[in-house]
Amino acid sequence: MKFRSVFEIIGPVMIGPSSSHTAGAAKIGRVARTLFGRQPEWARVHLYGSFAETYKGHSSDVAIIGGLLDYDTFDERIKTSFEEAEKVGLTFEFIPEEEEMPHPNTARIVIGDSSSVMELTGISIGGGKMEVVELNGFPLRLSGNYPALLVVHEDTAGVIANVSNALANRGVNIAHMEVGRKEKGQMALMVIEVDQLIDDDLIDEIKVLPHITQISTIAD
Amino acid sequence: MDVLFSSVKELVALAESQNKPISEIMIEQEILITKRTREEIIEQMDNNLKVMEEAVERGLQGVRSTSGLTGGDAVLIQKYMESGKSLSGDVILDAVSKAVATNEVNAAMGMICATPTAGAAGIVPGTLFAVKNKLNPTREQMINYLFTSGAFGFVVANNASISGAAGGCQAETGSAGSMAAAAIVEMAGGTPQQSAEAFSIVMKNMLGLVCDPVAGLVEVPCVKRNAMGAAKALVGADMALAGVVSRIPTDEVIEAMHRIGQSMPSALRETAKGGLAATPTGKALQAKIFGEQTVGSSSVT
Repeated sequence: MKFRSVFEIIGPVMIGPSSSHTAGAAKIGRVARTLFGRQPEWARVHLYGSFAETYKGHSSDVAIIGGLLDYDTFDERIKTSFEEAEKVGLTFEFIPEEEEMPHPNTARIVIGDSSSVMELTGISIGGGKMEVVELNGFPLRLSGNYPALLVVHEDTAGVIANVSNALANRGVNIAHMEVGRKEKGQMALMVIEVDQLIDDDLIDEIKVLPHITQISTIAD
Repeated sequence: MDVLFSSVKELVALAESQNKPISEIMIEQEILITKRTREEIIEQMDNNLKVMEEAVERGLQGVRSTSGLTGGDAVLIQKYMESGKSLSGDVILDAVSKAVATNEVNAAMGMICATPTAGAAGIVPGTLFAVKNKLNPTREQMINYLFTSGAFGFVVANNASISGAAGGCQAETGSAGSMAAAAIVEMAGGTPQQSAEAFSIVMKNMLGLVCDPVAGLVEVPCVKRNAMGAAKALVGADMALAGVVSRIPTDEVIEAMHRIGQSMPSALRETAKGGLAATPTGKALQAKIFGEQTVGSSSVT
């Protein structure tokens, strides 16, 4: 089922005018910010399909920057996000693309600072819901509606079992899980959506498991 | 994922066999799925209700969108009502003005609660605050109104669509008007089955409604479609409470909406390329707001 909670129907509470083009856009930006783990210094945002055609009228650009500043869909500061970005030293550009993507509302966000760069592609699927479909070249499916754990690891036997054991030991139930890799034996990405909140102890425990490169989380 | 209901038939059967209102079944399912407590869930819905109240209040004071296309109509309708000359009745016009108020606030980048989308956000609160004056519900009953709306919307979202880009306006204001009709019936003391009938009666009159926003903005004709969605919701609820039933079962009506949406050309699904958006005036407004090239210039998606 695509929709699981009544608050996806009666909600979200949001700054208008469009649930898909404003709230969904803000959520994609905010997930990118969360996964980056800190305020990026610059952002390059590629917009596709209906996003590319109507982003100004729907303030999708303002909303995505709001998301990159960690604002929720109902944060009034979304309206003045461009000014707020200037204050925190976030520079950005929006590039409407002509290329056709599988989904009409697609945004590819490249963000970075002096130490790293991250690239995320998100789609806005209606009613303010969004999904991340690609992260740093890894195809994946992440709804942002569950707490989630994203683990970058070496593509070798036993890593997935170790992580899922760690979750099981703390009574954390996996709602949805996906593993992707670019090439056999190289870097892989585990995306685990769970039913319970993930606490810091659990993250520390997973961090020190063998073959784990990086870990980030999304709270519900 | 274990759910209590995934169709209207299951939803009504559960409510009737357990002798509970539909809102209660929705709350129980929410507890089951999200593992949150009843108190947390009610509190969040209460907060959404507050957002709706504030949006209506703001809209009734008069707002205007950045594009200048919409704003001020809610005030006009309220003043007309106060003149005592209204033909269609004060409850309907009150609902219409409050639906318009919410959507005018949305168009002006104000805070709203999507029900089920931002573009259709006027209908559920508009009807709620209008029937409130007639039925004098408790706060709990007003919150339940939103859960009942949500229960029907949940079925539509999972079996058809609530996105204008996917299914046209029938999926947005069509869903919202039908959800509201079902909720009005429950608040007025009707049965769960009567809620389903009200939903069907309204949805049948929304089928085929296209999404053709001028300049791609959630303004023209969205605000007025919220107005009429609210009016239809009230009439549909009254018909169901009078004992009128739909010959086509609700789930089949939803399925029909889904199929119609899938066969709708993309020009009529939120691309600003067909319908009212493609009229000479629609195109002229678009050019005035954005310049010639921004909206609807690339190939059909």
